[in-house]
Amino acid sequence: MTTPHNPPHTLAQKLIARAAGRPHVDVGEIVNCQVDLAMFHDSSGPRRLKPMLEELGATIWDKSRIVLVMDHYVPEQDDESRRIVRIARDWAREQNLPHVYDSIGICHVVLPQKGHIRPGLFCVGGDSHSPTGGAFGTYMFGIGATEMLGVVVTGQLWVRVPQTLRMVWNNQLPAGLTAKDMMLHMIGRFGMNGGQYQAVEFCGAAVQALSMQERMTMSNMSAEMGAQVGLIAPDETTRAWLAERGVAVNDLSDWCTDPGATTVDQVFDAATLSPQVAAPHSPANTRGVESFAEVAVQVAYIGACTGAKLDDLRAAARVLRGHTVASGMRLMVAPASQHDQEQAELEGVMGVLRDAGAEVLPTACGACSGYGGSIPDGANVIATTARNFKGRMGSATAQVYLASPYTVAASALRGRITDPREMLQ
Amino acid sequence: MNGQMAIAAAQHRVWKFGDDIDTDVLAPGAYMKLGIDGIAPHCLEAVRPEFAAQVGPGDVLVAGVNFGIGSSREQAADALVYLGVRAVIAPSYSGLYFRNAFNLGLLLLTCARAGELADGETVTLDLRALTVTSAAGVSLPCEPIPEFLLDMVAAGGLLNQLRQRMGASR
Repeated sequence: MTTPHNPPHTLAQKLIARAAGRPHVDVGEIVNCQVDLAMFHDSSGPRRLKPMLEELGATIWDKSRIVLVMDHYVPEQDDESRRIVRIARDWAREQNLPHVYDSIGICHVVLPQKGHIRPGLFCVGGDSHSPTGGAFGTYMFGIGATEMLGVVVTGQLWVRVPQTLRMVWNNQLPAGLTAKDMMLHMIGRFGMNGGQYQAVEFCGAAVQALSMQERMTMSNMSAEMGAQVGLIAPDETTRAWLAERGVAVNDLSDWCTDPGATTVDQVFDAATLSPQVAAPHSPANTRGVESFAEVAVQVAYIGACTGAKLDDLRAAARVLRGHTVASGMRLMVAPASQHDQEQAELEGVMGVLRDAGAEVLPTACGACSGYGGSIPDGANVIATTARNFKGRMGSATAQVYLASPYTVAASALRGRITDPREMLQ
Repeated sequence: MNGQMAIAAAQHRVWKFGDDIDTDVLAPGAYMKLGIDGIAPHCLEAVRPEFAAQVGPGDVLVAGVNFGIGSSREQAADALVYLGVRAVIAPSYSGLYFRNAFNLGLLLLTCARAGELADGETVTLDLRALTVTSAAGVSLPCEPIPEFLLDMVAAGGLLNQLRQRMGASR
């Protein structure tokens, strides 16, 4: 893996070249890639794939490379969701799928926890937040159900080799700031299609200092930047995290952008970033928290693959410890996975959240995508989720603000949007 | 490719929308449990309630930048196919939506000057020259589309292509 690339390659080019079985690939060319792993969930997967596969009389190209996660319509709340989840369970049994994770958490969080994501792989997911895998140096992106059918039948997928937009974050984030703030800031600056479906690569000292779960938050929200993938070069943090989950990785030194490779760079100073909030109804509608001091909120939602992993729960607990939410305030917490929730229980984090008045919801996608949970009509909501499109959380009249878990927790205590730094001593 | 000549001559009524039309507006989450026949009647209702009931076969959508941003749900493209929409004409698309649309047989034309077209006017499309011509006869150029994607649209989407391929190999 140490052969020099000529010409110098970006990390994205190297990942695609490997998947295409080519020594090198040029930006802009369309190549066919061999897919290492295809993930889908109860909403995008079996209910749509099964009838198409049956109609074609086709079979799955390689079952060992398929992962099915039930996370969108669980726990089932009505006949329709029961039917959708039943299709997924029956099909998994019929097909004898080896990797099925039912109601244990959100796919993008479960996938790496179960050791399926490794540096160097080329993966697709039937969900737009699939770029989360990029945090591990995996070329992973979302596709729709019909395209997934093509992958499931052939094991292959076309891709146009992207340019690389490098987001270089110098210095270190101050206390009370997170990867979520960095992402909201970038989305606000470049817009929801600023990534132009190219590869974004996050780098610099502030990114290198992030934990794996914080890196996952960055790559996850590359979707809101309109990038195809959001990559972070794997390093010793990646290796240590994977080793804890029983995944051994080899030499990582080649999974990086070569010096001299062509990139478009944007430079940021992490040290001067303030907590960021996206106002309704777009993640690009972002300003510093100080612009929202007069905004009252009635619901605080800590959930989603973006904002309810263990590190997110810990951040919220740091603010909430020893306090209770403002009167009339509803704080909902839907941990991103059972594993994260169990660890948070052991650390006392869940206890802090409950003592503060949090309602703990199932470890599923829930209210983030309007699939479950109840956001009251007309409410002002502050959420750790990724999207605040009009009506997305289920109510067309709710006003949804996006922020980090620190900011959401601080706002829950005051009943209005609050700078968490005031609460962290 | 005989269809192209017929398409070139056809008149298409324009339904005009703004910037940042997202997948959750095209295929609202509350109806995602249903089949496409249950989702399509709610397509775009949050921004234009009469759209789904009044759009006719062969009509085209003209939109602003970033059409289709958001989710990977392909029902956001399939709803337009179901309603008979011939093509979307916009200056830019979400990359994920772009892939989904062609996979479902929906033609997306990337046209920097789409904003010059007016709601309710009729336009013609020329897929060989890749132009949209307005009622007043102004010809607007569109960006090139890879041949294999045009073939996919002509076949009615990836599923049809796979059907043909697998039928042929049987």
